[in-house]
Amino acid sequence: MSTIPDKRMTEDEVVGELRSGMTIGIGGWASRRKPMSLIRAILRSDLTDLTIVSYGGPDIGLLCAAGTVRKAIYGFVSLDTIPLEPHFRTARQTGSIEAMELDEGMLLLGLQAAAWRIPFIPTRAGLGSDLPLVMPELKMVQSPYPGLDGGPGEEMIAMPALPLDAALIHQNRADQGGNGQFLGSDLYMDDLFAMAAEHTYMSCEQIIPTEDFAKHGSFHTQRISRLMTTGVIEAPGGAHFTECPPDYGRDESFQKEYAASASSPEVWDEFRARWLDLESEADYQQAVAARRAEKGA
Amino acid sequence: MSDATRDEICVVAVAECFRGDGERLCNPIGTIAMIGGRLARETFEPDLVMTDGFGMFTSSVIPPNVNPYKSVDGRFVLDEVVEAWNPYPQMFPVLWNGRRHVMMGGSQIDQYGNQNFACIGDWHQPKVQLLGFRGAPGNTINHTTSYWMPNHNPKVFVPKVDVVSGVGYDRARALGPEASRFHEIRRVVTNLAVLDFETPDNRMRLRSGHPGISIDQIVEATGFELVIPEDITETRLPTDEELRLIREVIDPEDLRKGDIKL
Repeated sequence: MSTIPDKRMTEDEVVGELRSGMTIGIGGWASRRKPMSLIRAILRSDLTDLTIVSYGGPDIGLLCAAGTVRKAIYGFVSLDTIPLEPHFRTARQTGSIEAMELDEGMLLLGLQAAAWRIPFIPTRAGLGSDLPLVMPELKMVQSPYPGLDGGPGEEMIAMPALPLDAALIHQNRADQGGNGQFLGSDLYMDDLFAMAAEHTYMSCEQIIPTEDFAKHGSFHTQRISRLMTTGVIEAPGGAHFTECPPDYGRDESFQKEYAASASSPEVWDEFRARWLDLESEADYQQAVAARRAEKGA
Repeated sequence: MSDATRDEICVVAVAECFRGDGERLCNPIGTIAMIGGRLARETFEPDLVMTDGFGMFTSSVIPPNVNPYKSVDGRFVLDEVVEAWNPYPQMFPVLWNGRRHVMMGGSQIDQYGNQNFACIGDWHQPKVQLLGFRGAPGNTINHTTSYWMPNHNPKVFVPKVDVVSGVGYDRARALGPEASRFHEIRRVVTNLAVLDFETPDNRMRLRSGHPGISIDQIVEATGFELVIPEDITETRLPTDEELRLIREVIDPEDLRKGDIKL
């Protein structure tokens, strides 16, 4: 068997590869399997002026609250059990970020177009709604083929490609070469994020030998190829407080504490000091373990 | 004499929205909507396909608050019968293909069925950010849509929505017959009434009022002129079998009672 490359990195090394002003895609979905240890590393850095592309959850909320976001491109921003992300709401209502608020399917098409290296994909989604009115950057395209009645071709929205400088995703298992495995019910759009990006950094619960993937799940679960990944980061608990089944569920009590931190700048400062202004991810995981012990859970 | 309560009448009114759909993805979102969809499949519309609220099409009857996914010894285990795996990336191909009838909610709706749950105020800097456009634009232009609105009042039923997320009939008509050929807003079920758009210009019409609710009450709760036909029927009562299914099988914890304004 040939040896595969060794792409192992730390969170801080990943952040060292990122630059202010970049467009960064984030995998997962709402408060599900988000690469939170990488988000926390960004929050420890000086990165700013970012454009974030995401089926958003606390990733967008945290980055907005920390003032690192220039523009958010999203299909929604939700915490699942808390339908509206409070920090994101604040950012929108105070006008502190630019927004490209897409139909969820359009976002998929933008990532798909970038992954295929084509400029746009035509879609009916968005026609007749206020989407193209409030976002005039969404252009129309006419089909070059005749319409149903033989007349002019159908007008559709040309969903532009959303190429990413970098993508951050989290999988349950990975090998050192950057092959990834998801063990839950849904890959979400992680493969599209990976292919839409110049560089993809994949955190995982555990790095295992390639030949051990089959012990964890069927080959159908091996959906991220090392062709798509630049770096792999072993991050046990790395998706906390979002869910990462079957390894762990969402930490609902922590999520509630996080959501409550949007109530005032003072409460946010406290939350930030306690959970984010830490030296390392290891410190965070230790603090979370202590919290869990304290709560007796 | 039926002892059905208003939430149960609404569940049945929701179920009736899916009558005749046959083999189609019945995708109600929200507690009463979900209970109604499941009731339709358990009774008069057995060919409907339904999700478990996550990534599977399931033939199991799952109460609204039950998550059938469990982790057992680090393995993913499903406590349900899976008909097909339909993860999120696959939902969009399904809806673009059109074999779906979604029932959504909304913060505002107007007389042509334009719906808003994106935000209140100017979209560029909203007074209140809500869900965003989510799937509403793509859903409404690609397949049948209905709405469950648990709190019928003039702030929800408005002359003009702040942002059009779900496309109504006037907007669809302006696109021309080709682009709008898959558009259908079938019904709006509220805590007071059932509404539809079966009028010459597709303006919203009162289809039936729930038992005990007067037409005046409904008109007063609507912030635009509602088309009132001459003969109005009452929303039908649940049958005994429907009541049994709602209370004992689909929603044994009475979650429906928390999803309606009385």
